[in-house]
Amino acid sequence: MEAQSIGASSPDGITRRLEAPSRRWGEKAIYLALALCAFLSVITTTAIVIALLGPAFGFFQEVSPGDFFLKTEWAPAQALFGVLPLVLGTLSVVLWGLVFAVPIGLGAAIYLSEYATPRVRRIVKPVLEVLAGIPTVAIGFFGVSLVTPLLQDIWPGEFLGGPPGFFNAGAAALCVGLMIVPIISSISDDAMRSVPSGLREGAYALGASKMRVALRVVFPASLSGTVASIVLAFSRAVGETMIVILVAGNTPNLTLNPVEPIQAMTAYIGVTATGDIATGTIEYDTVFAVGALLFAITLVANLISIRLVRKYREVYE
Amino acid sequence: MSEEFDPRTERTRLAVAGARSATMAALRDRPTGEAVRSRIFQALIMFAVSVALLGLAALLIDAFVEGEGSLSLNLLTEPTSRDADNAGFRTAILGSLWLIGGVILLVVPLGVGAAIYLEEYANRERWWNRIIELNIQNLAGVPSIVYGILGLAFIVRGPLDLGFVLAAGSMTLGLLVLPTVIIAAREAIRAVPPSIREGSLALGATQWQTVRRQVLPAAVPGILTGVILAISRAFGEAAPLLLLGAATFITADPSDPFSGDFTALPVLIYEEAKQAQPELRELAAAGIIVMLVVLLAMNSFAIWLRNRYEQKW
Amino acid sequence: MTEQERRTEAQRAGSEGDRRGLSQAIAVEQERPSKGLKRETLFELEDVAVLYDGNPAVREITFDVFKNQITALIGPSGCGKSTLIRCFNRMNDLIPSATVEGKILYHGEDLYGPKVDPVQARKLIGMVFQKPNPFPKSIYDNIAFGPRTLGMKGDMDEIVERALRRGALWDEVKDRLGDNAYGMSGGQQQRLCIARCIAVEPDVILMDEPCSALDPISTGKIEDLMMEIKDDYSIVIVTHNMQQAARVSDMTAFLIVELDASEKNRTGRIVEYDETEKIFTNPSDSRTEDYVTGKVG
Repeated sequence: MEAQSIGASSPDGITRRLEAPSRRWGEKAIYLALALCAFLSVITTTAIVIALLGPAFGFFQEVSPGDFFLKTEWAPAQALFGVLPLVLGTLSVVLWGLVFAVPIGLGAAIYLSEYATPRVRRIVKPVLEVLAGIPTVAIGFFGVSLVTPLLQDIWPGEFLGGPPGFFNAGAAALCVGLMIVPIISSISDDAMRSVPSGLREGAYALGASKMRVALRVVFPASLSGTVASIVLAFSRAVGETMIVILVAGNTPNLTLNPVEPIQAMTAYIGVTATGDIATGTIEYDTVFAVGALLFAITLVANLISIRLVRKYREVYE
Repeated sequence: MSEEFDPRTERTRLAVAGARSATMAALRDRPTGEAVRSRIFQALIMFAVSVALLGLAALLIDAFVEGEGSLSLNLLTEPTSRDADNAGFRTAILGSLWLIGGVILLVVPLGVGAAIYLEEYANRERWWNRIIELNIQNLAGVPSIVYGILGLAFIVRGPLDLGFVLAAGSMTLGLLVLPTVIIAAREAIRAVPPSIREGSLALGATQWQTVRRQVLPAAVPGILTGVILAISRAFGEAAPLLLLGAATFITADPSDPFSGDFTALPVLIYEEAKQAQPELRELAAAGIIVMLVVLLAMNSFAIWLRNRYEQKW
Repeated sequence: MTEQERRTEAQRAGSEGDRRGLSQAIAVEQERPSKGLKRETLFELEDVAVLYDGNPAVREITFDVFKNQITALIGPSGCGKSTLIRCFNRMNDLIPSATVEGKILYHGEDLYGPKVDPVQARKLIGMVFQKPNPFPKSIYDNIAFGPRTLGMKGDMDEIVERALRRGALWDEVKDRLGDNAYGMSGGQQQRLCIARCIAVEPDVILMDEPCSALDPISTGKIEDLMMEIKDDYSIVIVTHNMQQAARVSDMTAFLIVELDASEKNRTGRIVEYDETEKIFTNPSDSRTEDYVTGKVG
């Protein structure tokens, strides 16, 4: 029997050492290192806020918030700083995109959770996820190459001012909509599936049709999850850059009309901050001001959706 | 009161009666209106699914149709060029590969470390841990272009001051996908049953020994899948790189992540898609095909990994 | 006889039969030569209580556990036996809402003293759990994990073989040490867990209902194993199976669960602690008698 082993059969008299052999600095160091990794997230958020607020602050020394938020012309090169065209541009794409994506996404979700057989589900759900993984440049290309010409071809005459031009918000909206369908369908499907089957079975036992069960039982029960998915999709759409640059164009335009070209907030940042602009100028600072606005909008939307997801998870888990 | 024969009401009543009997005759096995509506509803939602799937198909087919003319092995071997006939994606593909190499180096230790901390060490009740979790959830939803601004302000310029180099791109993309890795790693770690940890601790192992020798090895397949998914996302991102000085018409292969211009596949595709010349547009489509093939390979690998090594508890 | 009288008669006969059965079991036990009557204390508990978020799960626990004996904790479910046994190896430390009050001495030292490292304590006081929990590794690596992690010196192959022999598993697995432990049957997995525990050469082995998830044959094998290793390790076992306690243990503690005044909290306490033979043939407390004769569940 080695003297090393902390043996059961050690003769009495050897003090059982219950104290730690060392101060276990290794464990403490590891704990700190790991905590630092996690804390990086806080550092990142703080850095984003500082990166945005610093120059934005400088910007608002020169340009009054009133001018920024209320004026309707955006042309920094001519000292016109009304951000509304950019906001409306983003809104146009996002709104029309949601008009497309919400029914499609919810329909797909109801189909997957209430109607599809397990085999169909096993195929369709991953395929929809593929849509979520397609890089946005590819979707943007699709918009320019197929969607815009298609829209131009099928457009009914002079409706809303005539067929869309080469750059138009409508095609961008359709592309962005297609991009966010998986977000809505996937999360809503999860929410609907987590509705206890007892609720459904009770309704079926009373003779309700599938439609009635889906619309009157499952949908209301999963509402917070569904709304969360829409809010999340909204946030994602607002933050999308490549599609709007390629498809909607880069002309600030105060309109929600889908046939018109617009410039979204993200597009403005994407084409302006590419290094040609001199730092320290007011034009450079506009990038951060718009960026700050963008961050604020998505932050609020994300917080709302986090809250909602927590609510629907709480109810059933 | 006069009982005037009102042709409108009478006509309506007859019309309704006629319609009802016609409907009932046509739908002999569907006696109730509800069943009809249910069928219509079902048709509608199947239409919804079809639209989504059709959209996806159209996208893929369009890219293929537009780009297949340009498809050739040259795409992989020739560097970027303004001459569409001789241009390839080599520079861009290598750039992207270098970029995601850097992302892997950053994201695996930081992401897995954060996940271990949150799952194994952090006391959920403490406020600072809840703030960390909230931050991670938030960062997952920040627009990618804002990460570009972050990179521009702090990595390219600011304290790190690396300039418009590949390393800055890797770091920025790394921060962008870090929340994804953390979330996936946490899921994988959480899936390891507590009884394994108890068994290890009961033998006299320390917490870190338990994590390192029991929990992590069991969670590796899940973590790996998450990392690959994050990398796929980083591979397709262009927006942040636009702000970090990703040049486009450079022809030299990447050699030093800390100096010189760099480019990436999605950025090049974007530039080419913007151009007026149809040959360049065709090239962009070919580039999309290449990009999609790479992504398909990565994701298939991830799925294979998960199926092969998944631990069934 | 009236129905009533017949029923009472049957009960008395039944309890007599039970008692006869148990005393037979104990008589068999007694044929084995005892190891000498000098008893050294291993654990001394004084007024120990365990609280979850302030609610006591067990309280006023005072008794001594002796070295090289098998001590059984029995009682109805919910009486806190598992909670109590987890105090012995500081496993309750892992539950944030749990607090341990009172004094627990291990070989005379305060187990919850400020200088005591729970990790060290667990090296000396091992545990086998209710549901077998082998690691997702090979049989060899399962056994070797402890010695490797703890930095034990020596030839690993020898250490593994020794542990498996002592754990009565060697002959069954010696040709397939590389196989994944999950391929074994439940009984084998539990013996693996015991062997794994033995491999780090502990002083005490705690067993929390080790056989409750196993079939009778595996149970028998493990009970035999317990009797074999008793000379080298002290064993404390929680069991809801009275006959098992009667078969294997030297000392038995009987716990019950009480509702407090508000009828909301359940707390466990020891009713009686004595030599097993006495508990099962001639208990001092009527509640013990009711339990061991099966009058109450």
